Amino acid sequence: MALERLFRRKRPSGGGRDVPELWTKCEACGAQIYKKEFQENLHVCPKCGHHHRMPAEERVAMLADPGTFQETTRLRPLDPLGFVDTKPYAERLKAYQGETGRPDAILGGTCAIGGVPAVLLVMDYAFAGGSMGSVVGEEIARGAERAAEEGRALVIVAASGGARMQEAALSLMQMAKTVMSLDLLWGKRLPYVSVLTDPTTGGVTASFAALADVIFAEPGALIGFAGPRVIRQTIRQELPEGFQRAEFLLKHGMVDRVTDRRRLKREVVQALRHLHPGVPYAPGV
Amino acid sequence: MPLEFEKPILELERRIQELKETAKATGVDLQAEIRLLEERLAQLKKETYGNLTPWQRVQLARAQGRPTTLDVLEKAFQDFLELHGDRAFADDPAIVGGLAYLEGEKVVVVGHQKGRDTKENLQRNFGMPHPEGYRKAMRLMDLADRFGYPFLTFVDTPGAYPGVSAEERGQAWVIAQSIQRMSRLRVPAVTVILGEGGSGGALAIAVANRVLILENAWYSVISPESCAAILWRDAKEAPKAAEALKLTAKDLLAQKVVDAVIPEPEGGAHKDPDRAIQNLKEALLKTLEELKGLSPEALYQDRYRRFRRLGAYAEP
Repeated sequence: MALERLFRRKRPSGGGRDVPELWTKCEACGAQIYKKEFQENLHVCPKCGHHHRMPAEERVAMLADPGTFQETTRLRPLDPLGFVDTKPYAERLKAYQGETGRPDAILGGTCAIGGVPAVLLVMDYAFAGGSMGSVVGEEIARGAERAAEEGRALVIVAASGGARMQEAALSLMQMAKTVMSLDLLWGKRLPYVSVLTDPTTGGVTASFAALADVIFAEPGALIGFAGPRVIRQTIRQELPEGFQRAEFLLKHGMVDRVTDRRRLKREVVQALRHLHPGVPYAPGV
Repeated sequence: MPLEFEKPILELERRIQELKETAKATGVDLQAEIRLLEERLAQLKKETYGNLTPWQRVQLARAQGRPTTLDVLEKAFQDFLELHGDRAFADDPAIVGGLAYLEGEKVVVVGHQKGRDTKENLQRNFGMPHPEGYRKAMRLMDLADRFGYPFLTFVDTPGAYPGVSAEERGQAWVIAQSIQRMSRLRVPAVTVILGEGGSGGALAIAVANRVLILENAWYSVISPESCAAILWRDAKEAPKAAEALKLTAKDLLAQKVVDAVIPEPEGGAHKDPDRAIQNLKEALLKTLEELKGLSPEALYQDRYRRFRRLGAYAEP
């Protein structure tokens, strides 16, 4: 890690050919954005406001109070079915682990969010499409258990194509497991806030992600049960404009708020402080 | 319609029938030939049905004439009173439910319902529920809890309906809610996977203390066709996907996703539905007996533990 940083710091002095790397392009409007500005703007295009997908670490940095995050997610995936499609699942796992530096599609731990003690779990779309297999399911269940035990709020940032096919029925069972673990929070009156980001579909939407006390969605995020491709195949016609986008879900009553990422922390903190019985009245904190 | 892999069997059966008719019509003694063919038939059946591939079982799980939820309710239960509607939007014909007796015991029942012919299948949307179906199921879970009667479900769906209307009305939300509602039951809950257990649309009514499965039924996170379309980029690779998904009753038992397998008559439940339903009834009664002594709280805890331990991962 340290070596890598050293290496990166040296590169810009290398000359003109490195200049393009300082810039990135908005996926929506095509605007050239200075990379540093893009990052500071939380991967939101300053020109058109398009919300790009965001690395899990930056999610944590954006939501957790500085210096409070203690990582707890360490479980490693297995290949219980010996699943092979065009490539063995075991090989795919290794490749994803290499690319992301993470054992599976979730990064989480304990932290404070606006001073409220919390368990924060962030799904990583870069790892197998953020799919939920046994590890993701178990980490979420343990996260809920830890939150209940330690009197913490639970905050989950979802980004997932759904259940992980290569773990078949076992990944389906994670839907039940995660949902049931939330009961521990109910029993202790601890708040659960979920943030639906682009994309959140399938078995993740249809389990823990949809059952939060307060549900935020990011602007333009694709959110639903079936993916648009499957629906298009089923009904054999084009889908309406804006279908399954966060704003569509707000209109249909499925989410509480569609919140710009640059205001997201403030609103999550507000919700947590309102709900958490251990936090005293303090408007505008 | 015969299944492709059954054609040699049907062909042999046809030839035996022909010989019998010839013998009868002409008076010629064909006993020896007939016996020989019958032996071959028995052997062929044993080989075919004793070595079914996962994909062949998937086909059996979808066979015409396989017992549906309503067939089971008619034959294994008494005095079924169907209750309709979700009290909010509509009645979903893809999910049926109501009140019944099982050997004199009061129970509340819910199940996916496929059509028994094309016309009924269209009306029942091929057993693919909309949100209102799951809301109806949840209403019946409330009823079971309120009166303390066992809650029984029958699963037979390719999946929850993937369409615009279903998404608009929160398909993902109701599935999540139904999983949660069922997990919170304070009465004995038993699920039987009758035919197809397709993904979240199946699980929504399968969060039971005990999950039983008919021998040739399948249950997984995705149908073999959809899995093949995604991972092999070709739905025609469904037989391979069926294999890889380990979705058969025996595989699921090994994964502890199901608790027991209910035997089917040779060649599948549709060959002798009454026999299959009788087996199912016996298994249900036995399972309910096992759960009988548990208090409402113990039933909740039992269900919690059952699902909490499912999964395969390594500690660091």
